[in-house]
Amino acid sequence: MIGNFPYLVVGILFVMGFIGLVFERNLVKIAIAMSVIEAATNLFIITLGYRTGGSIPVWTMAGGGSSRMVLPTPQALTLTAIVIGLATTALMLSFIMMIYRHYGSLDVRDIRRLRG
Amino acid sequence: MNWLDHLPALMLAVPLFGAFIAPLTAWGGKGLRNAWFLLVSVVFSVLAILLWSRVGAAGPLIYVMGGQGWNIALPSGISIPVRILMEIDAFSAFMVLLGAVASLAGAVFSVAYMDRFSGMEKFVALYFLMVTGMFGMEVTGDFFNFFVFLEISSVASFGLVAFWRDRGEALEAAFKYMLVSSLGAMMVLLAVAFLYSRYNVVNMATLGKVIEWGMVEKTALVLFLTALAMKCGSVPMHMWMPDAYAEAPAGVTCALIAVSQASLYGLFRVCFTIYGAFMGSPVIPWVIIILGILSMFIGVSMAVIQKEVGRLIAYHSVSQVGYMLLGFGVGLLALGDARAMADYGFTALKGGVFHIVNYTMYKGLLFLAAGALFYATGSRNLNEMGGLARRMPKTMVLFMIAAAAIAGLPPFNGFVSKLLIYESSFAVHPILAVFAMVTSVLTLASFVKIFQTAFLGPELKKFAGVKEVPGAMLVGMTVLAVAIIGLSLFPTWSLNNLVEPAAKALMDQTSYIGAVFAAAATGGGL
Repeated sequence: MIGNFPYLVVGILFVMGFIGLVFERNLVKIAIAMSVIEAATNLFIITLGYRTGGSIPVWTMAGGGSSRMVLPTPQALTLTAIVIGLATTALMLSFIMMIYRHYGSLDVRDIRRLRG
Repeated sequence: MNWLDHLPALMLAVPLFGAFIAPLTAWGGKGLRNAWFLLVSVVFSVLAILLWSRVGAAGPLIYVMGGQGWNIALPSGISIPVRILMEIDAFSAFMVLLGAVASLAGAVFSVAYMDRFSGMEKFVALYFLMVTGMFGMEVTGDFFNFFVFLEISSVASFGLVAFWRDRGEALEAAFKYMLVSSLGAMMVLLAVAFLYSRYNVVNMATLGKVIEWGMVEKTALVLFLTALAMKCGSVPMHMWMPDAYAEAPAGVTCALIAVSQASLYGLFRVCFTIYGAFMGSPVIPWVIIILGILSMFIGVSMAVIQKEVGRLIAYHSVSQVGYMLLGFGVGLLALGDARAMADYGFTALKGGVFHIVNYTMYKGLLFLAAGALFYATGSRNLNEMGGLARRMPKTMVLFMIAAAAIAGLPPFNGFVSKLLIYESSFAVHPILAVFAMVTSVLTLASFVKIFQTAFLGPELKKFAGVKEVPGAMLVGMTVLAVAIIGLSLFPTWSLNNLVEPAAKALMDQTSYIGAVFAAAATGGGL
């Protein structure tokens, strides 16, 4: 049961982020919701690769260390995903800044020139 | 070792190199930057043609990044592909070819269209990054790389959609597109993680070989389907599409169409190659068919009432994506049933594949023509236009070719692919064909509207000074017009050489999977 706890957290985080994305009206809060979703995804991948009592995944000819290792691939995947997420968040925040200059508001109800 | 063996890597390296050198060309002035823009575009188009003909002659290509083969000796004796693999079968090569042609046309057009604006070296860099991402999605043999390339092409295209950042609308469109894309990308990553949790591999061919039908796989499939349908602009998450397509500079929109087709490619790669044999239940095919029907109908009915040229054409994109989803959905429905496949399934796949090439060509041309109208008149509103036929005769002819093709008038290529889709969907249920035909009629109606209001009618005084657009823009449009006319005049050739290999590759799951393992058996992937 306790082993599944991280997955529960991932699910809650993802749903929270999704609800924020759909129902929030402030652009900055929408950006935060997007980051929460990214965090949930990254946590999910890291959790998948974890093995209880595992050591770092480095194999040396000298031997030693335990043969039980955490999986290295999910960590590599997460690292890439974090970097991409950082770039996306930075771009999103700069868009929000420029939208504020044009519309003078961060409320999605005011930013509706494109319709129909 | 022949340099042609490295074609798959070059396909990514050339535009990537182009992107990173582009900012440096600013020192050489406008001429050097334009020359670089055109040179790189021509080079990757030539490479795409070479790649396509090579795959056509020799079957699926496997390329291992930085190694001879994917088998490396580990103490534990791992026997799954662990290196970075690229796999190009006929369908991937076909998509790469299309993407290259659309990007070339967009690049040639942009040279003149974007001439008045500053910051062009950044534009060129983003353009090439977007193209790299698109090619990457189509040639990769590995799901995680698919996600990475999806993000590369998306992030570059956000920047391009918002390129005219002095317009609030462009920023608004880019922000919407960004939210939909980022959510989609996260769902793709979650789906990859779900599959990884079960099989410990992210390689597409290996997954296709070992996959079984269970709860985890179903979740992953639903996530893939939702995310990629969102990214390719299907109803109900289509609203980013008209905004982004209409607000982006015209040359970018032309390439952006090919980029959203890459998401469609991913969707069908997942459905046909990975899940293929397990698609026994008709639920997913019917979901795709219904999404297709809804996209077709809602897209076209929204298009008829638009006043802006760009938005009108962009809503048609939603409806055209619906045709492809309908074609592939019917093909997917027949998968696993040899008789149904021979009866109508293969026809539907051919129709879907042929519609992808037709759509990319004529839709690109329509957006370029709309861009030319905007360039010449400075207006996007149809109600303000009129009588431009005398002023811009060449643009008018090019627009007419594209409009006739999208409406599916008989000699043109749009007719052939639509007919294939009508025939096959009629075999599943007549009502599907009825929807498809009504959509086609409404499409014709809305293009008659643009043509009549923009080009016909008495000459307006305020457009007395309007001139034909510069030569480079006409050349960009002509590239696509020649492709349309070629496809229209030689439908048998294009069906046999272009469409059928791609449709067969989709249908034949084992050849995609087998190619990877055969390459391992002979000890080399190159």
